[in-house]
Amino acid sequence: MSQIVRDTYLIFMRHLRPTLRNKVALVFGALQPLLYLLLFGPLLKDVFGGGGSWQVFVPGILIQLVLFGAGFAGFGLIADLRSGVVERLRVTPVSRVALLLGRVLRDTVVLAAQALLLVAAGVALGLRAPVGGVVVGLAFVVTLAVSIASLSYVLAMMTRTEDAFAPLLSTVTLPLMLLGGILLPMSMAPGWLDVLSRFTPFRYLVDATREAFQGHYATAAVGQGAAVALVLLVVSVTLGVRRFRRENA
Amino acid sequence: MIQARGLARTFPTKHGEVAAVRGVDLDVAPGEIVGFLGPNGAGKTTTLRMLTTLLAPTAGTATVAGHDLRADPAGVRRRIGYVAQTGGTDPATPVGEELELQARLYGVPGRAERIAKLCARLELDGLAARPSAALSGGQRRRLDIALGLVHRPPLVFLDEPTTGLDPQSRGNLWEHIRRLRDEDGTTVFLTTHYLDEADALCDRLLIIDRGRIVAEGTPDELKRRVSGDVVTLELGAGAERARAALEAHPAVREATADGGTVRLTVDNGDRELMGLVRALDAAGVELTSLRLARPTLDDVFLTVTGRSLREAA
Ligand SMILES: Nc1ncnc2c1ncn2[C@@H]1O[C@H](COP(=O)(O)OP(=O)(O)OP(=O)(O)O)[C@@H](O)[C@H]1O
Ligand SMILES: [Mg+2]
Repeated sequence: MSQIVRDTYLIFMRHLRPTLRNKVALVFGALQPLLYLLLFGPLLKDVFGGGGSWQVFVPGILIQLVLFGAGFAGFGLIADLRSGVVERLRVTPVSRVALLLGRVLRDTVVLAAQALLLVAAGVALGLRAPVGGVVVGLAFVVTLAVSIASLSYVLAMMTRTEDAFAPLLSTVTLPLMLLGGILLPMSMAPGWLDVLSRFTPFRYLVDATREAFQGHYATAAVGQGAAVALVLLVVSVTLGVRRFRRENA
Repeated sequence: MIQARGLARTFPTKHGEVAAVRGVDLDVAPGEIVGFLGPNGAGKTTTLRMLTTLLAPTAGTATVAGHDLRADPAGVRRRIGYVAQTGGTDPATPVGEELELQARLYGVPGRAERIAKLCARLELDGLAARPSAALSGGQRRRLDIALGLVHRPPLVFLDEPTTGLDPQSRGNLWEHIRRLRDEDGTTVFLTTHYLDEADALCDRLLIIDRGRIVAEGTPDELKRRVSGDVVTLELGAGAERARAALEAHPAVREATADGGTVRLTVDNGDRELMGLVRALDAAGVELTSLRLARPTLDDVFLTVTGRSLREAA
């Protein structure tokens, strides 16, 4: 057990160091959601009327950040597969689980920092949300980041080339983003679309984060969001661990 | 150090199965430098990847560094080092960080000192801050090798360690590999295409072709066993008489005469040379010149597989 913790830390630091060397990349990673905030967010003022629009929009943007940010994590693994780094590490006694968790942890830390950046930008634009709500929202962000990054690594291990991974990724993420009601809440959707969106996990996470940002914690939406987040976490990490443990991963 | 029986691996591909390794038996003793020689696609890398726990064999068993490959891969990993044919460094990561991580993952005591010593031996000093993308091909290869040796493994696998090195670096690396054996008792299992490397460096050779081991022995044994030495005699006259006289000699396996030249295939040519000359003398044949040629490993390969190693590669 202590070996897993130690190895996870070593792998985490290996992947974090390039980010620390190049902090500008951290901001650029959040540029797309930041642009949504700046250039799309203001349009929603009229839709919802007044400052409340940010409480709806910022949570959606946070989930979008995770979906794309963590979704892309697999590209880093494919580069390491190609350069031979993955095989080199797999010949060492390093814990197989740590090879996954160290990466996932690094992705999660980076996404949490970017999420904070987006919340700060939201506040500057007029977001007013209770601190407790933001903390709960960030907890959803972190859990989701772990899940999505793990799944991204599983897909990267399976496809092994950018050419196969990239189209698969966009085929999966775009419908998930749209059906999650990330830009506008699904409560505005026609009946069939609303039903369809209930089959995707992001719907529940977006709704729960929105509730939390409005200061409502003990609601069905938050409970459902938490349940979905936990199930997704367990399933994704299990899949990831199994894949990384396979002899010929 | 290594015992493998019936090791085999097939890869499923779109066009049916590729049998990369078809039942390899190996025995490597501690402290040996064993060379794995064979043309492209013979199955060298696939065999190494199986022995280093990276690839599950489709059949067969192996014990590597005292641990069963299938039952205890973690035990194998702790005791081996592996340098892959294509290397294993990240282009953006500085050399020092790569070595540091590797040493930590193996729990190397006295890390800094060990890394400094290894870098000095492999001519990598002063490069710690350089990302590996900014190294020359030879420097990068030496970094790969340093990464595989940082924990002083009792058994190392080197997949074409000297490819891409200039002659001087190659010589230095051979020297380093010999020192691993002589000073640390390290067992080295390496693959190579280079006949001179196999000849100069390896205590024993295994020749693999199309997924099977087709010959094995020390370089000298192999050359002797497979082809014998070639003795060429130039004679002013009486070539046929000389051939007849020499054919009966016990060391001569084959004798052919062509004009004024007689070609003999002889066991232990260097030791038998005097006897051959005496036999000629007794037959009263005058000798103009005499040449002894040791067969090369290429001749060995030719005899065993019917193809030249260079052609096959
Ligand atoms: N992952 C794979 N999928 C399909 N076929 C493979 C795979 N890896 C190797 N092969 C095939 O197995 C055979 C043996 O390959 P291997 O890499 O072991 O050869 P090698 O002896 O190391 O050759 P080289 O000297 O070129 O490095 C080749 O025909 C190769 O194409
Ligand atoms: Mg090879």
